[in-house]
Amino acid sequence: MERRNLLKLPLAAAALSLAAGVALAQEAEKKVIGVSIPSATHGFMGGLNWHAQDTIERLGKVYPNLEFVLATAGDAAKQVSDIEDMLATRNIDGLVVLPFESEPLTDPVKQVKAAGKFVTVVDRGLSEEGIEDLYVAGDNTAFGRVAGEYFRDNLKAGGKIVVLRGIPTTLDNERVEAFQAALGGSDKEILDMQHGNWNRDDAFKVMQDYLAKYPQIDAVWAADDDMAVGVLEAIAQAGREDEMVVVGGAGMKDIVKRIMDKDPQLPVNVTYPPALISSAIEMTALRFVSNAPMAGRYIIGSQLITPENAEQFYFPDSPF
Amino acid sequence: MKRIDLHLLGPLVALVGLFILGALLNPAFLAPANLSNVLARSAFIGLIAVGMTFVITQGGLDLSVGSMAAFLAGIAIMAMNALAPITGENWGTILIGMGVALAGGLLAGFANGALVTKARIEPFIVTLGTMGIFRSLVTWLADGGTLSLDSGLRALYRPVYFGGIGWITWPIIVFAIVAVLGEWTMRHTRFGRHVEAIGSNDRVARYSAVDVERVRLKTYVLLGALVGLATILYVPRLGSASGSTGVLWELEAIAAVIIGGTALKGGRGRVWGTVVGVLILSLIDNILNLADLVSPYLNGAIQGVIIVLAVVLQREKRSAE
Repeated sequence: MERRNLLKLPLAAAALSLAAGVALAQEAEKKVIGVSIPSATHGFMGGLNWHAQDTIERLGKVYPNLEFVLATAGDAAKQVSDIEDMLATRNIDGLVVLPFESEPLTDPVKQVKAAGKFVTVVDRGLSEEGIEDLYVAGDNTAFGRVAGEYFRDNLKAGGKIVVLRGIPTTLDNERVEAFQAALGGSDKEILDMQHGNWNRDDAFKVMQDYLAKYPQIDAVWAADDDMAVGVLEAIAQAGREDEMVVVGGAGMKDIVKRIMDKDPQLPVNVTYPPALISSAIEMTALRFVSNAPMAGRYIIGSQLITPENAEQFYFPDSPF
Repeated sequence: MKRIDLHLLGPLVALVGLFILGALLNPAFLAPANLSNVLARSAFIGLIAVGMTFVITQGGLDLSVGSMAAFLAGIAIMAMNALAPITGENWGTILIGMGVALAGGLLAGFANGALVTKARIEPFIVTLGTMGIFRSLVTWLADGGTLSLDSGLRALYRPVYFGGIGWITWPIIVFAIVAVLGEWTMRHTRFGRHVEAIGSNDRVARYSAVDVERVRLKTYVLLGALVGLATILYVPRLGSASGSTGVLWELEAIAAVIIGGTALKGGRGRVWGTVVGVLILSLIDNILNLADLVSPYLNGAIQGVIIVLAVVLQREKRSAE
């Protein structure tokens, strides 16, 4: 008993001084922000989950009058239930949502908006326009274009490229179309495009088959760093490391590290930062604690990571 | 007699047909490097499918094998990473990692089997449950990301997948040995005969003094051990495991077993047929990648058609008997 009191004493003192410091903020109404994202089923989402938790923890300390409710869902139906629960039982004032799928989430998010809440939609748009107050997303067109332009400008004349596509989705189509458009009219040739499904094992198999099929490959657009890992392994098995360069995407820490170390096989990478969820949460928080206008569309550009700037994209603590 | 032969050889004929098709479409298909790739890739599903043949033949099912493989790969990698600073980057550490995968597989298989035989829960439900458990555990262990093997160990361990005797790499050798042993066990041992007897009619088997539950339990443990063995060969390939490792392996293994002529309702097991089934599935994938026959969007449809066709042909032949 005594021991517990002893422990409480300094804590109470700390709380008092803290309370004095933030008295102003405490007087402001308590605001609850709900964050609903897909669960960590693959590397990119794992990174996104990590950044979401990290941001919530940090913002919770900076703004004591803000409370966050985080829910992760393995499928669209679960996410709909999560959002209904947030509205019904947690009395949220704002919602940050990365829709698992556009169609099924459109109506539930519309209900949240109709209840007078502030809505931020992240990365995947809803199927109806004008619901969200704020839209934060990566730029899929730029993601494909930046990679395409790199190959156009840096590959030798007549260079041959193979492409690994992701899971068949509109997102993947946007990337690939922009990639093809960037190469259009150049003297570089796309040999083949197959789906590696953003998965290491699938990418490994597809790359093995590319290597068996094509005697000359100068570059691989793996379009995702998980796939790039599988691709690199297949190339190593065939002993053709010196023949081709690999460009992945999304900036996985291991790959960024190798770019930093000037690995000749991995000259560049294109960003599609999982930390975009942090931008969304941060801007939604600002809506409640400041007078800064937070509405409209915020598109995070896809940048080219080169050995020169790689350091600023390297997050050793992130799981991705 | 002749009819039965044809029926038995159905899957084999399909396999030969695929070989000829592959060779005609792209000369690179018959290159030893390509064949070696296809066989080595088949090894994971192949080992699991051999175990699955025994489980299905006794009238059971195991949906958890893909998740189990991911989980075992995860704990084996974590064990090796944790031990590396103590035991050093040497084969001893890797052997311990292999041991962890194998022991984990035995335990996981035992858990599945015990829930089916002791707690008397439907195998479909038990393994649907453990499938979710293993998948969540590996995602949780990896913190939603990827578990990667320490690079020093990785370099040492790598030849287990990529090395071998010339083009015949270790996964191919292990798969071949397990297939031969599996066929022999099914045909020529008491255990194999008991498995078939239980699958055809478990009551008759029980009256014939067969310890039905014990034999059933053994099939799940055997499958668990083979999943462990598959994991041992899988880890050196990419040196990593994540929540997306081994997704849908269970269905590929079950499909291979059925294509090979084992009855889904149990009673008739054919290990060599399973091996042919696994090879058919891998070859379809490989041929579709090598030849630009159809839009890649349709790859899944082609596989589906061939799986259904393979089984339909067998059914028709059986009714003609």
